[in-house]
Amino acid sequence: MSDEQDIILADLSDEELTLQMHDDLYDGMKEEIAESVNILLGRGWMPYDILTKALVEGMRIVGIDFRDGILFVPEVLLAANAMKGGMFILKPLLAETGAPRLGNMLIGTVKGDIHDIGKNLVTMMMEGAGFEVKDLGINNPVENYLQELENGEYDILGMSALLTTTMPYMKVVIDTMIEKGMRDDYVVMVGGAPLNEEFSKAIGADAYCRDAAVAVETAKEFMAKKHNQMVI
Amino acid sequence: MNDKLSQMIAEKGFVLADGATGTNLFNLGLQAGDPPEFWNVDEPDKIRALYQGSVDAGSDLFLTNSFGSNSSRLRLHKSESRAYELSKAAATLGREIADKSKRQILVAGSIGPTGEIMGDAGWLSHRDAVDMFQETAQGLIDGGADVLWVETISSPEEYNAAAEGISKVGAPWVGTMSFDTAGRTMMGTTSKDMVNLVKDMAYGPLAFGANCGVGASDLLRTVLGLSENADRPIVAKGNAGIPKYVDGHIHYDGTPEVMATYALLARACGASIIGGCCGTMPVHLKAMRKALDGNPCGEKPTLKQISLALGNFSSNSDGTGDEPRPERVRRGKRK
Repeated sequence: MSDEQDIILADLSDEELTLQMHDDLYDGMKEEIAESVNILLGRGWMPYDILTKALVEGMRIVGIDFRDGILFVPEVLLAANAMKGGMFILKPLLAETGAPRLGNMLIGTVKGDIHDIGKNLVTMMMEGAGFEVKDLGINNPVENYLQELENGEYDILGMSALLTTTMPYMKVVIDTMIEKGMRDDYVVMVGGAPLNEEFSKAIGADAYCRDAAVAVETAKEFMAKKHNQMVI
Repeated sequence: MNDKLSQMIAEKGFVLADGATGTNLFNLGLQAGDPPEFWNVDEPDKIRALYQGSVDAGSDLFLTNSFGSNSSRLRLHKSESRAYELSKAAATLGREIADKSKRQILVAGSIGPTGEIMGDAGWLSHRDAVDMFQETAQGLIDGGADVLWVETISSPEEYNAAAEGISKVGAPWVGTMSFDTAGRTMMGTTSKDMVNLVKDMAYGPLAFGANCGVGASDLLRTVLGLSENADRPIVAKGNAGIPKYVDGHIHYDGTPEVMATYALLARACGASIIGGCCGTMPVHLKAMRKALDGNPCGEKPTLKQISLALGNFSSNSDGTGDEPRPERVRRGKRK
C-alpha cells in the first residue's frame, strides 16, 4: 500500500479504517479524520469506542514518536488539530451517552510567565488521550489555581514555566495547597524547558514531565493507581 | 566584510561576546514577570550596570536588553505599541557604554523570537512576523547598534522572517537558534538543516550558530555539526550549566572554571564568536577571557572529549548522523 493512491475511506473495513485513521492523525489530516468518524458513527460504533480505538490510539502513536524525537512540535500540532476535527463531532455525543472519562486536569502557566506553547501542547495531548482539561492560560497567581480547584472536580494539577525566574513560583502554589490541607487530593505535575526531575522533587511535585507525551503517560499511570486504590 | 563585527573577527581571530541578560537583571532586582525591556526607560542605570558588567569582564561585544522587545511579546504586557521605543532605548544605552570604553566594544541589538508559531501548524503569518522584526530592528539601529543579533529561534520560518525584516532596515546581522530537543530545535531543525538554511538565504547573517539550549556539551555538539560545512563564522553561546533550585531561587551550576573549559572547547570546535547564555555572569566571562587569551586554539575535540570535559549529552544522536531518520511504517502516505 506504499504507492500513492486514492483511498476511499467508506470502502475500508472497520479494522482497516481504524488503522487508516491512525495514519491520518499522524499526518495531520483533519478533514479525513472527521469523515472517518462520521463513517464509523454511521456503522453504529459507540462514540466512546471511536474515541479510544481510533483517535486516542492514533494520538498515542504520535506521542511515542514525539517522545522519541521522530516527530517535532509542528507535526504534533497538526495531529492535535486533526484530532480536534474528530472531537468536534464526538464531544456532544460522548456527553449524551455518558461515556467514562479518564480524568480531569487543571493546567496553567505560573505567575510572571507568559509562555504557553508547551502548555498548549500538553493540553492538546491530554485531550487527545481522553482527559478533560481546563486551561487557565498564562500568568496565574496561586489564587487562580486554588479557586478553580475548589470549584471543580479535578484529579490533576499541571503547572508550566519557561523561565528560571518563574519556576520557583510552582512551590508557592504547592505550599499553599499544603497549608489548606488539599495537597494530597491532587496529582501535581510540572513541566517547562528549564525544569528537571531534581527540581520537581525539591518543590514537592508528584512528577516532572519532560514533554507532552511524558505528561500523558504520567497522568495515565497516576489515574490507574488511583482507580486501583478505589477498588481495594 | 565591511561591517564592524566581521572586521573584528578578522583582526582578533575570535570575539568574546557577553553572558546572560535575564540572570543578571534578576540579581539587580528585576521581579519575575516584569518585562526587562521596561527598565531601558524606567531603570536606565541598572541597564547601564548590566552592560558595564560585560565590558569590565572583558567582552568585546554585548547584547542589548531587547530580547522581548517585539510587539507580539510586549502585547502580553499590554505594551505592543512600545516595541520601537524600548528597542531604541536599549541600544542607546548600549552605545553610551560602548563609546565610554577605551577598547573597541560592539553593541549587538538583541532580537528574540515572537513566541508565536509560524508555518503550517501555526497562526502567525510571514508578513506580520516580518513587520514585527523590522520594527524592532529599526529601533535598535536608530539607537546605535553596530550589528543586529537574532537569537533563540526554533523554526526556519521565523529565522527567514527575521532576515527579511532586517533586510528592510539594511543592517548586518547574526542569527542563532536554540537546539534544546535531543540536539534539534523544538521544531526539529538540526545543525545540518541550519547550515543549509543559511547557505541559501537572500539576506543571510554574517555569522550563525547556537545559543541557550540544554547544557554546554549539547551546544558544542551542535557547533561541531555547524562547523563541518559552515561558510561563515560560528557563534557559541551556551548556558552556564543546568538550573538548580537552591534556597528558594534558581542557581546555574556551571562554575567559572567550567565555562573557561567550555570557551576553549567552543573555539576548538570552530566557533569564532564565543559567549554565554543563561546563568553566565561577569565572573564567568572573566574566566573565559583569561582562558581564551592565555591558550592557543586547540584541536577540534571529539564528542567523547567534549562529554568527558563538560558532561554527558542529553541524547545519543542529534539527528545529523548517517543513520536514516526513523520512520514509522504506515499504510500509505497521502501527501
